Amino acid sequence: MLLVVEQFLNGLQFGLLLFLLAAGLTLVFGIMDFVNLAHGSLYMMGAYFAATFVAWTGNFIVGILLALGATLLLGIVLEFVALRHFYGRDHLDHVLATFGLILFFNDAVRLIWGPGGLALPLPAWLTVPIQIMPGVFYPSYRLAIIAVSLAVAAFLYVVVMRTRLGMLIRAGASNREMIGALGINIKLLYTLVFGLGAALAGLAGLMQAPILTVQIGMGENILILAFVIIVIGGIGSIRGAFLAAIFVGLIDTLGRAFLPDLLRQVLSSTAASTAAPALSSMLIYLVMAMVLVVRPEGLFPANRR
Amino acid sequence: MKDWLNARNAIVVLVIAGLLLLPLYSSMTGNIFLLTLFTRIVIFAMAAASLNLIMGYGGMMSFGHAAYLGIGGYAVGILAHEGIGSGFIQWPVALIASALFALVIGALSLRTRGVYFIMITLAFAQMAYYVASGLSRYGGDDGLTIYKRSDFGGLINLSSRVQLYYFCLACMFGVIYLIWRIVNSRFGMVVQGLRSNEARMQAIGFPANRYRLVCFVISGTMCGLAGALLANNTDFVSPAVMYWTRSGDLMVMVILGGMGSLFGPVLGAIVYLVLEESLSQVTEYWALIMGPLLLLIVLFGRGGIVGLLGRLRRG
Repeated sequence: MLLVVEQFLNGLQFGLLLFLLAAGLTLVFGIMDFVNLAHGSLYMMGAYFAATFVAWTGNFIVGILLALGATLLLGIVLEFVALRHFYGRDHLDHVLATFGLILFFNDAVRLIWGPGGLALPLPAWLTVPIQIMPGVFYPSYRLAIIAVSLAVAAFLYVVVMRTRLGMLIRAGASNREMIGALGINIKLLYTLVFGLGAALAGLAGLMQAPILTVQIGMGENILILAFVIIVIGGIGSIRGAFLAAIFVGLIDTLGRAFLPDLLRQVLSSTAASTAAPALSSMLIYLVMAMVLVVRPEGLFPANRR
Repeated sequence: MKDWLNARNAIVVLVIAGLLLLPLYSSMTGNIFLLTLFTRIVIFAMAAASLNLIMGYGGMMSFGHAAYLGIGGYAVGILAHEGIGSGFIQWPVALIASALFALVIGALSLRTRGVYFIMITLAFAQMAYYVASGLSRYGGDDGLTIYKRSDFGGLINLSSRVQLYYFCLACMFGVIYLIWRIVNSRFGMVVQGLRSNEARMQAIGFPANRYRLVCFVISGTMCGLAGALLANNTDFVSPAVMYWTRSGDLMVMVILGGMGSLFGPVLGAIVYLVLEESLSQVTEYWALIMGPLLLLIVLFGRGGIVGLLGRLRRG
């Protein structure tokens, strides 16, 4: 029971983290119609910035805020210098151009920070376990991730649905020429949205950093998961990304935790221990395949009219 | 058709002649490195050509093509590991396994279009990567060393560098010939028609997805062959050959050479891998140059090398 609660919370936390990544991806795609493979690189840069700034300032919160700002800035610069020239081009061009960016970022990180990974140590007040139920303790840092991610999700919802900026963003997504003709600086809007997406990726990266090590290529595996999420959730839909992210986070975590035991009850223990790792890493792809069979457009397709 | 004497064809003929004569040059100068490099290039050219069949002619942007390289390679590696060394068993198994994988993921992925298709093929290939990483009996993450190359009786000796090279080259030309025949057949016309206008093709009665799926499977099988060759060339197969950056490399080769042209992927593979090799000799951080270069190629290089050569002629 205790293990189930703990793994459930782990899954929720992982899912919310995935949501931050997927939200940036789906926002940029839904609004600018731009496929950004380098989103995982921004995630990685967020983690590297955080590790550097925290070590530099000696203060966790200040370091993290600086890292967030740096990732936001990086995203804006990236959009301004390179990516805005690709709007309106074929999706394949986006994929290839941002693939080039991934190569660039991986080697840039290797050049600047060296091939070894970095560690982002937590401050003492985030390492104490918290009693969430009688007898059930849970790491406070993971709870903090859950809280921050939920707050960001709420913030995104309010910004996109309830503010003037969000109204412009939604208008830009549905008809870019019309909003330009109405006198809105669409280019600036796009740059801002891209920067926001970058900051979300950076936030996900720096929050994951203390749990795993900060290393080159850390954004690539998780980016694939983010893709799976927006395919399941429906591209361009933030609500779909949110639900799909939690779903995928739970399935992945619970699958890895409990599938070996479940298999052991059906198969012999040697067969189970060989099949379990492969099967549990396949699990979310199988779910994705099933979703595709039933709903090729994803569960919550955007722009349904 | 009558003015076949143009810059593009001249380059293609030159490249073919160069590829055919390369072992001669390498044995004269004793430059073995060049031969091993070009064996690898020829194998990747074959893989890129197979990707070009679905991307350039079929309009299916698969971002998971490296999976077949791994499946073909693992078929050879696993059978060799289990003591079955005969190429007459290994290779058909490699081809059939690739075809089956292509059939399953093709049937699922082809339900979608556009970006969805790119992402789904990517995700499935990544799934294959994780499964291979989980094969602890066959090396898992570390990969599987192949101690003995495929045995084809007395027919051909793959342990000889020159014979392996010519065998790969022959396979590549075979694949390209096959693609040429496919593209110009009725089947190929239907697939290309589907790329241009799916609704019209369906309206005149062609089952779109069935044609696409067959094309997808053919392409995957060809790439599986390249995978079997690659495993024999490196005496090693690991999950890394299926990693998604490999699929990206293959895509770049196709785009660089010229999508939808018969020899474009070959030129693309040669230019990309030679560029990678020479940049990595200049600096350890070759991707720092390669990445932005890619960006510029995509931005300005429409139609790839073949397109460039075509423009050259028209002036």
